[in-house]
Amino acid sequence: MSLREFGLPEFYFLLLSARWTLLLAIVAFVGGGALGLVIAALRVAPAAWLRHLAGGYISFVQSTPILIQLFMVYYGSAFIGLRPDPWPAAAITFCLNSGAFFGEIFRGAIESVSKGQWEAAKSLGLRYLATLRLVIVPQAMKLSLPPTVGFMVQIVKTTSVASLIGLSELSRTATAINTMTFEPILVFGTVSAIYFAMCWPLSVLGRHLERRLGDGRQRPVEL
Amino acid sequence: MQYVFQFGPILDRWPEFLYGAARTMELTASSAAIGFVIGIAGALGRSFGPPPVRKAIGVYVEIIRNTPLLVQLYFVFFSLPLLGLRLSSDQAAILALSIHLGAYATEILRAGVESIPSGQIEAAKSLGLKRGQIIRHVIVVPAVRAVYPSLTSQFILQLLGTSIVSAIAAEELTAIANNMAMQTFRNFEIYIVIAVIYFVLVRLCDLLFRLFSHVLFRWKT
Repeated sequence: MSLREFGLPEFYFLLLSARWTLLLAIVAFVGGGALGLVIAALRVAPAAWLRHLAGGYISFVQSTPILIQLFMVYYGSAFIGLRPDPWPAAAITFCLNSGAFFGEIFRGAIESVSKGQWEAAKSLGLRYLATLRLVIVPQAMKLSLPPTVGFMVQIVKTTSVASLIGLSELSRTATAINTMTFEPILVFGTVSAIYFAMCWPLSVLGRHLERRLGDGRQRPVEL
Repeated sequence: MQYVFQFGPILDRWPEFLYGAARTMELTASSAAIGFVIGIAGALGRSFGPPPVRKAIGVYVEIIRNTPLLVQLYFVFFSLPLLGLRLSSDQAAILALSIHLGAYATEILRAGVESIPSGQIEAAKSLGLKRGQIIRHVIVVPAVRAVYPSLTSQFILQLLGTSIVSAIAAEELTAIANNMAMQTFRNFEIYIVIAVIYFVLVRLCDLLFRLFSHVLFRWKT
């Protein structure tokens, strides 16, 4: 016996909850992208300890499950005397997490720019940060575009994990509606279709850019 | 209020962590094995099968790669009983994880299969090798070797992905941590310990895969 049928109102409810998935993905993209730039700059910094610091951070993020990172931030908020709250916890975790992945993507692109460019900038009297900003990053940006778009697919899919600390995005709403209607095939079929509609165009765009701009190397950044 | 760390009572329960780690490795290994077989079949079908088969495999790969593992897990766990297939949490977890990895393995191995020059297959034919021999020695083994690094990093991502199955209370490291958190309320300490365990497991697997590659691929190309 189910409490209610799966009808149009339930469908709209699911569709509407996708905006929280999108919002979280955009926060992770913007925040993680900015953090990724900093991490990439540290990864190619002249000082060895800065490179190791950034490398250790990336290694930690890429060697532990995002769910555990999320739990650590969520329950860790008690550590600084705050009450655990899903939205800030999810926003912080996803920025920190995608920052590490973006850092690796940007570093790869920066290192693909030929060494002669660094030397030329140095001989013109540019310092480290000025070289990065004026010479290296503009060239690296083109190279990092395909993997960046590919990683956006990853971000959208990974936001579903936030449902496990109680954030009411698409996946969480789906389990709630499934409990009420007991129509798992309809509910999770619909939800899959909504995720697919958000991710697939990005996947296609990523592959297209890879063919047009990429250097042909494969970078496995998938969950 | 100052937060006081209490690791003692958590670390006293190390046998449970050990058990959880073993279960996580078991889930990873079994789903990786099944996913690998799906991947080989998928890559061969995608490259050499008739058009409808190629199309069907392409659709499978695109659907899995563009939807979250968590939703795939829910779909398997909640829908299959309606179709008359009763699964325990652990069985549903292995099934969903295998289907998930199978799609990624198909895509990775397809790149490996496509990297084999057609001259190799023609040469094998002219040497009188049988179909099965060609598939095994000329296509599959060299293809696996060509994409070995991508394949093993996918296995490691699978290890991290298994933490998701705690959502349906399948027994593994994260689920055990969640239970312990409910009993002790030392959540922060528990998840710090669990993060360290996952980190060690990932590093161990990485090391093992490197060692394997020396044993498996001793011959020169």
